[in-house]
Amino acid sequence: MSFERIREKLSILADAAKYDVSCSSSGSNRTNKNKGLGDTGTGICHTYTEDGRCVSLLKILMTNYCIFDCAYCVTRKSNDIKRAAFKIQEVVDLTINFYRRNYIEGLFLSSGIFKSADYTMERLVAVAKKLRLEENFNGYIHLKSIPGASDELMREAGLYADRLSVNIEIPTVSGLKLLAPDKKHEDFIKPMLKVKNEIIQYKAEKKIIKSTPIYAPAGQSTQMIVGATGESDKDIMYTANHFYKKYNMKRVYYSGYVPVVEDTRLPALGSQVPMLRENRLYQTDWLLRFYGFSVNEILNDTNPNLDIDVDPKLGWALRNLNEFPIDVNTAPPKMLARIPGLGMYSVGKIIKARKFGRLNWNHLKKIGVALNRAQYFMICDANEWSHKDLQPAQIKGLILQNSKGKFRASYSNQLSLFN
Amino acid sequence: MNDAKNLIYDGTFNGFLTAIFSAFDEKIQVANIQNEFTAQQGLFSDFEEVYTDDEKAKRVWTGIQKKSKQASSSLYFAFLSETDGIELLAYYYIQKLFSHKQKVHLNYADDIVLKINQLAKSVGREKHRMEAFVRFQMTKDGIYFANIEPDFNVLPLISKHFKDRYADQQWIIYDVKRKYGLYYNLKIVETISLELNKAHMNSIHSNDAFTEEEHDFQQLWNDYFKSTNIKSRINLKLHTQHVPKRYWKYLSEKKAI
Ligand code: SF4
Repeated sequence: MSFERIREKLSILADAAKYDVSCSSSGSNRTNKNKGLGDTGTGICHTYTEDGRCVSLLKILMTNYCIFDCAYCVTRKSNDIKRAAFKIQEVVDLTINFYRRNYIEGLFLSSGIFKSADYTMERLVAVAKKLRLEENFNGYIHLKSIPGASDELMREAGLYADRLSVNIEIPTVSGLKLLAPDKKHEDFIKPMLKVKNEIIQYKAEKKIIKSTPIYAPAGQSTQMIVGATGESDKDIMYTANHFYKKYNMKRVYYSGYVPVVEDTRLPALGSQVPMLRENRLYQTDWLLRFYGFSVNEILNDTNPNLDIDVDPKLGWALRNLNEFPIDVNTAPPKMLARIPGLGMYSVGKIIKARKFGRLNWNHLKKIGVALNRAQYFMICDANEWSHKDLQPAQIKGLILQNSKGKFRASYSNQLSLFN
Repeated sequence: MNDAKNLIYDGTFNGFLTAIFSAFDEKIQVANIQNEFTAQQGLFSDFEEVYTDDEKAKRVWTGIQKKSKQASSSLYFAFLSETDGIELLAYYYIQKLFSHKQKVHLNYADDIVLKINQLAKSVGREKHRMEAFVRFQMTKDGIYFANIEPDFNVLPLISKHFKDRYADQQWIIYDVKRKYGLYYNLKIVETISLELNKAHMNSIHSNDAFTEEEHDFQQLWNDYFKSTNIKSRINLKLHTQHVPKRYWKYLSEKKAI
C-alpha cells in the first residue's frame, strides 16, 4: 500500500472516530484457534491518550462521507472538511500489522453512512469477515451497527464481531428530532433488537448444540452525548437504565459534548466540555451495575440532577443518614457497599478479614478503606459512633475539607463561577 | 541465638524453595535467607549454602499449593519483586500458612499477609504494564523483537500471555535490566541471553536491524496516537499517571517525530 496515502487517510478517519468514547476490549472469550493470530481477554489498555483515555483498539471510520446531517457530528454532510474512505483490504492490513506489534487488542470500526445503511453495514461486515476467515484473526472486533441496517446483515455481523454498538447519542426523543432530523428512533432500535434476540437465541442453542457458532460474545453497547440538548441527569440515567434492562446492554457510555461545529441548536464552539458531569454519570452507572442501587434512589423528581460537589454515593448517603451507621463487623455485603469510601474491592477484603476477628480502625486503614469519608457512616470494633450528632451539611463540609478529588480544582473553579 | 543460620541460595525460585525445605526439614533456626549475589555477612549467624534441588522445591511448592492456590500465586509474585528481605518475609508467610488450619492468607489485617499481598499486587501491576507496553519491531530475520526494562522480574509471568496470543509469529522479549529474554520459535518459549550493543529503542531514525516497513508502521502508529487526542480534554497528569515516563523510551507512540 502507498504509505503517504494511507497516512493521510488514517489521520482523517481516526480523527473523526475519536469522539466515540467506547474503547473496551473485554468481555469476550475468543481463544487462539489453530495456532492463528490473537485472542481476547480482560482487555488491555496499550497506551493512553494525552487526555487520559485508554487506547486499546484501532478506532477508525471506514469513511467519513455521510448522507446525513446530524448537528452534533463532525462528519455531518454540511460540514466543510476533508473526506476519505478506506478500502477493505487497507483496514485489514492496518489492523493485522498493529496487532502483531502489540499496539492494540483489535479493531473498532465505525462509519459515516454512504449510499445507504445496508451498503455501509455490508462493508463493515466484509472487513470483519476477512479478518476472521482469511487472516485467522482472533483478536477483538467491535463493529458499529448502522441505524436501519437489515436483520440479515446484523446476523452476519454478530458472527464475526465480538461487540456491536449503536449510539443513540441523544437521550430524549425530542432532542433527537431537533438535532438529527434525518434519523428515526426506530432505525436505532431495529438493529439493537435484532442483536439482542440473536444473543438470546445463541445462548439457548449453545446449551444444546456445543458447536453453535458464537455470536457477539461481548454483547452490545451504546453511547449518549451529555450536555448538548439541555437534558437532565435523570433523563440520561433513566434512558441508560432502560437500555440496560430492555436490550441487555453490556455498557452505556457517556460522552461530554465537545463542540465541533457552530450551530445555534448547540453549545457554542469553545464551550467547556462537561467532564465533571460526565464523571458523575459514570459513577452513577457503576452504582447501578455493581453496587445494587436502583436508579430512582439516586435520581428522581426531587433530585433530577447529580450533585456536582460530591459523588453520587456520598450524595445518597447524606440524604439518607437514617440508614447509618453501618457496622462493618456484621453488616451484609450489600449494606457495606453503600458506605461512602468503601469500594467493592474493600468490601470483599472486609468480608474475608472479619472472619479472623473483629476489625478496628487500624485494620480498615490497612485494608485500604478511605476513612476520611467512611468514618461518618460506619462503626467498627471498640468504637462509639462519635459522629451521630452531625448534620448532613456538616459531614459534607468535613469531607470536602479533607479531600483532594481529581476534579477538586475544576470544582472550585465552577464554584467561584456560581458565587 | 547461637545456632541461627543464614541460608544462602542461588537466586532462583526453586533455590529459595529448597532453602525453605532445608529450614523445615532440618529444623534450622533461620536468621536470614539471602541470594548469593547480594549476601552479606551477618555478625552473629553462620552461613549455610543451599544447593538447589528441584525435587525438594517441588515438594514445598505442592504443599503450599495444597494450602491455597491463591496464596501460592501471591507468594510467587511477591518473590519476583526482588525486594530487599523478600525471602525472609516469604519464609514467615509460608510458616504461617503451614501452622494454621484456617485460611490465614485471607487475613488482610495481618502485617505479613498484607505485605505479601501488596508486593504481589505491585508485581501484578507491572505484569499488566508489560503486557500492554511491549512494542515489537520486525527484524530483517522476520522476528518480532522487543526490549523491556520492567521494575520487577516479570518475564516468567508474561510468557504464557504472549505465547497464546502470538502463536503464529516468532518473537523475542528481552529484559535489558536483567540481561535475559524469552524467544518463541513457533513451538516453545526458550530463555535466552543476547549480546546487545545497545538496547533497540523505538528510535526516530530507521534502524538497520529492522525492516523498512517497520519504520512506516511506527510512523502510522505514532500518527494514530496523536489523532486520538481530544485537545479540549487534555489532561497530561492523568496521562503520565497511566503511562509513567520511565516507560516512554520503548513506546513508539511517544517518540518525538
Ligand atoms: S449519520 Fe452518523 S456519521 Fe452521519 S452525520 Fe449522523 S452521526 Fe455523523
